[in-house]
Amino acid sequence: MNSVEYKKKKIVCTNCPLGCKINVVYADADEIEIVEVKGNRCKRGLEFVKQEITDPLRVVVTSVKVEDGEISMASVRSDKPVPLRLMQDIMKILKETKVKAPVKRGDVVIQNILDTGSDIIATRSVNRKK
Amino acid sequence: MKYETDVVVLGGGGGGMAAAKAADKNGANVILIEREEENGGVLNQCIHNGFGIHYYRKDLTGPEFKETLQEELANTNIKILNSAFVLNVNKDKQLTFVNHKGIHEIKTKALVMATGARERHFNSLAVPGDRVAGIFTAGVAQKYINLQNLKPANSALIVGSGDIGLIMARRLHLEGIEVKGVVEILPYPGGLERNVQQCLRDYNIPLYLSHTVTRVEGNKRLSKVYVSQVDENRQVIPNTEKVFNVDALITSVGLIPLTDPVKFVETGPGFITSNTNQTSEDWIFAAGNCTVVFDLVDYVSREGEKAGKYAALYSQNQYFPEQKVKVKKGKNINILHPMYIDPNERTKLYLRVSKTFKRAEVTVEPLGIKMIEEEARPSEMIEISIKPFKDKNLKEIEVSARELG
Repeated sequence: MNSVEYKKKKIVCTNCPLGCKINVVYADADEIEIVEVKGNRCKRGLEFVKQEITDPLRVVVTSVKVEDGEISMASVRSDKPVPLRLMQDIMKILKETKVKAPVKRGDVVIQNILDTGSDIIATRSVNRKK
Repeated sequence: MKYETDVVVLGGGGGGMAAAKAADKNGANVILIEREEENGGVLNQCIHNGFGIHYYRKDLTGPEFKETLQEELANTNIKILNSAFVLNVNKDKQLTFVNHKGIHEIKTKALVMATGARERHFNSLAVPGDRVAGIFTAGVAQKYINLQNLKPANSALIVGSGDIGLIMARRLHLEGIEVKGVVEILPYPGGLERNVQQCLRDYNIPLYLSHTVTRVEGNKRLSKVYVSQVDENRQVIPNTEKVFNVDALITSVGLIPLTDPVKFVETGPGFITSNTNQTSEDWIFAAGNCTVVFDLVDYVSREGEKAGKYAALYSQNQYFPEQKVKVKKGKNINILHPMYIDPNERTKLYLRVSKTFKRAEVTVEPLGIKMIEEEARPSEMIEISIKPFKDKNLKEIEVSARELG
């Protein structure tokens, strides 16, 4: 029989600015099993802990270049959190990305980036240069 | 040109736009003055998320928060004057401002100050060494990277672990700038815990608590930063020096409320206000970071709305507080806002404790309010709601915090 190791971890929930410090005890086997959770002030904290132990997710935020825009950069984000482990790869793609003005807030800049199921969307509008 | 209006809002950031919106909703004619070409203030360059969770119940980035507010303003009669700088506010309720068309005057009935805060600069730290290029405030570095597509460094050290410093550590790292660490003189981080996680731990950026910068060195451009450990009295501990070879030092060492150009109102250092955001000059209201520095734009906008509403009511002769109860800082309270309460209106009390507590009990006496806070830290603002209370003899309220065993 395989032995199961119990692990203790302190996780800071980044769902909202409250930043609950959550103590979790979990069994680290093929299938992660959470034994005990303490410190979360809402249900989303529990979901966060599960995700954080298996594959942490974060929202990507950066800017991309704009051609013919009133300003040269448009800020963007992922519409859903993406795996933290892909952050550097996604940043590399976005560094090379150029969009043409006008840009509207909410415009999809890249669809389903690196197959994460998340779109990169503009978070500000940029008018065309007059 | 001469303008006349009910309410002038000075500052078009998250506080000012919300104030203008609320003043308009309460029936006032409103002029909003913003010195930049574009409204939004610091929201324009804060491209990270975490804005709007309380105010819009959505997780937005700074520019999204700003554009949402802007769209709400577009459906109103508010007159917005951009690229306009206010030179003078006088006691006769007259403002003078300058724009590319010249100098103008506005006569108003009420004023909302929403001028925000400025960053404390490295020179205010009195660190010995060369005065070289390569030392920026976090906000300036943020503007360079996020709005101007400039790369301000190849390798950097950050001093001060306020939220802006933490967020810039992540931003620099993701832009390919080597971040060698964040140095914090206090034994705890200055920013929100979630930012320590998602900006530093996520990317293995070291945080040096109880450390300070003792010297900077370079020939024209910064090349070395010396850092030492400090004891509990913030005295440098000998033989703990580390040297960081970096070409940039990014400072995040605090914000100072900006109260210019109003000179004749009670300040300390930001505008001191009542729970309706009225200052010592009854026609001037103030909200947001020009009063105290808030943790979240959500609080700033909420306070802006309140200032806008009462400024509008004041301009229509509908708001005259009869009683002002003083709020006093008791034990272990560092920041307290507001400092006066009109007991007929509801109050949102904001406070910062002066040291870290494992478990703090915050009391508001003699109102009999007690709140238990787990892990209260100076960097995380505590909010307390107070209902209107009718007690003609009450002159003073005291807020204090103590450790619960």
